[in-house]
Amino acid sequence: MKVLKSLGVHAIILSAVAFALYPVLWVVSLALSPNEPPGAIPWPSDPSLDALSEVVLRQDDEGTYLFLMQTGASLLVAFATAFVAILIATPAAYALSRFRFVGKDASLSALLATQMFPGVAAAIPLYLLLDAIGLIDHLGGLVLVYATTAVPFAIFQLRGAFDGIPRDLEEAAMVDGATRLQAFRLVVLPTVRPALAVTALFAFMTAWNEFILAATFLSREEIFTLPVVLQRYVGEHRAQWGHFAAGAIVVSVPVMALFYWLQRHLVGGLTAGGVKG
Amino acid sequence: MLAGPVTTKPDGNALALADVRKQFGETTVLKGIDLAAEDGELVVLVGPSGCGKSTLLRCLAGLETPDHGTIRIGERDVTRLPPKERDVAMVFQSYALYPHLTVRRNLAFGLELRKTPARTIDKRVTEVAGMLGLEALLDRYPRELSGGQRQRVAMGRAIARRPSLFLFDEPLSNLDAALRTEVRIEIKRLHHQLRTTMVYVTHDQEEAMTLADRLVVLNGGVVEQQGPAIDVYREPATRFVGSFLGSPAMSFLPAEAKEGTLTVGDATFDSESAHRGPCTVGLRTHDVVVDPDGPLTLEVRVVETLGHATHAHGVVEGHPFVARLHGDQRPAPGDEVRLRPVYVHLFDPESGARIRR
Repeated sequence: MKVLKSLGVHAIILSAVAFALYPVLWVVSLALSPNEPPGAIPWPSDPSLDALSEVVLRQDDEGTYLFLMQTGASLLVAFATAFVAILIATPAAYALSRFRFVGKDASLSALLATQMFPGVAAAIPLYLLLDAIGLIDHLGGLVLVYATTAVPFAIFQLRGAFDGIPRDLEEAAMVDGATRLQAFRLVVLPTVRPALAVTALFAFMTAWNEFILAATFLSREEIFTLPVVLQRYVGEHRAQWGHFAAGAIVVSVPVMALFYWLQRHLVGGLTAGGVKG
Repeated sequence: MLAGPVTTKPDGNALALADVRKQFGETTVLKGIDLAAEDGELVVLVGPSGCGKSTLLRCLAGLETPDHGTIRIGERDVTRLPPKERDVAMVFQSYALYPHLTVRRNLAFGLELRKTPARTIDKRVTEVAGMLGLEALLDRYPRELSGGQRQRVAMGRAIARRPSLFLFDEPLSNLDAALRTEVRIEIKRLHHQLRTTMVYVTHDQEEAMTLADRLVVLNGGVVEQQGPAIDVYREPATRFVGSFLGSPAMSFLPAEAKEGTLTVGDATFDSESAHRGPCTVGLRTHDVVVDPDGPLTLEVRVVETLGHATHAHGVVEGHPFVARLHGDQRPAPGDEVRLRPVYVHLFDPESGARIRR
């Protein structure tokens, strides 16, 4: 009976795993068989790294390695977005968590409202705005646009984290001889580090994966972000699915690396209650 | 005002509060507190929850600013100074240890902020760790410690600073009963060793009695009484103080004072008081003895057996009453026990103020 139950449980788990992994395996095998798409069983018939190397080593007419440039552009935009989000959201969230001031509730509602609209809805006004300040087709402009959604999200995330830190901690630091700023820097910030890591990761990923706005605001190929690059392989005239799959795998590597690097904090962030002094 | 110490007229007190008031919105929490403590005294602020004792302590720490009045620590008027300029250390109810720092760094935190030389910090940390038995825990994080250990680290963090005033905000309330007694004795020992002025907040009257050099009973934002703990216990200034100190609490009976006697309902007994007319008699549990000819009759309802003593809860002349009997005397519910008062407190039935003999 016990054995049967265990077998049943494992069968369910295995089928769930298979369901989740199948598309991933399919993409991997597609990337490895650029000439002929794999069938129902995700296994390349004629394995080759051609698609991968063509995607990664693609050069323009002047011999510049385009994919490297574009990866650089993507990394720059994603890191800058995460940085700006944390830089602005941390003090804002702290103020919203700890202080009472006029317009506090109104500003919270306003921040929440910004999260309700899809970014695309604002694409045209954003285009006009960026055009007015000369940041169309400029990575700085893209960071600015991404920050408008990343910052409010980060504020909400971090406000929750600050709310979870007992006031006693800062007060203890202040009685111990710290100014409010020192108490914030030396005690509060290190305590919310897991939340900061998680928030930064989300901001990074959102910017790293965003397609529509990037495709709207960028037109120079050498500063395309990677989702735009990928989309170009599946054009109107021909669809290079093998290249698309190879590119998709390369694009997911940095995200996986970041997750791996931050996993300690991610777990810490999930069990944030454990930090209570 | 933030420029530094402001010298006022010295009177030798380590701590002096004059007419301190504090209001939060519509609620007045402190209604004019006057308080003084001599150098090296252990002052205990005690009172029921909501009496303002924690707010008062936070005003001393600089975490709240009074709306009115002055606070002086030593020679300095600190009323408007931020916490860091007051030279006080505080032990929080929640301990408030820095979760990301080891015990060692927790102890050193205040000293590091003051740019104390590393060698001095090391020396102090070692010294404090020795004093509190924390040597083996120095490299652990707060989350790896038990409640009692955290509590000791919190005290160590305060002691390492060598402040001119210690503040304790209900430091024992998160400990279990056995540990509470242990740490209470530890605090008393540390106070003897350090000889620094301490202000200690608690709602526990037993903790207050056992620790206090000077006991300050707060109720509804005012000081009901302050003085040496034993004096406050023996001569409570108000009916509230009488009922708050001592456990089980003092029993109260309405009485009529005549020439040399007190009459409670049908019972009359001798009393040497100059007071005449209606009054409230306060009797602590140990202020009565069992006497077959005693004037008071206790109808026993509930009996608590402690071993060394027995608490008989019941009714005297229609009013709730508790008597402490010898451990060998264990009446059953429903029994009647005759009692003779050996000491009575008299209070004004209107104001609740003590009637002096």
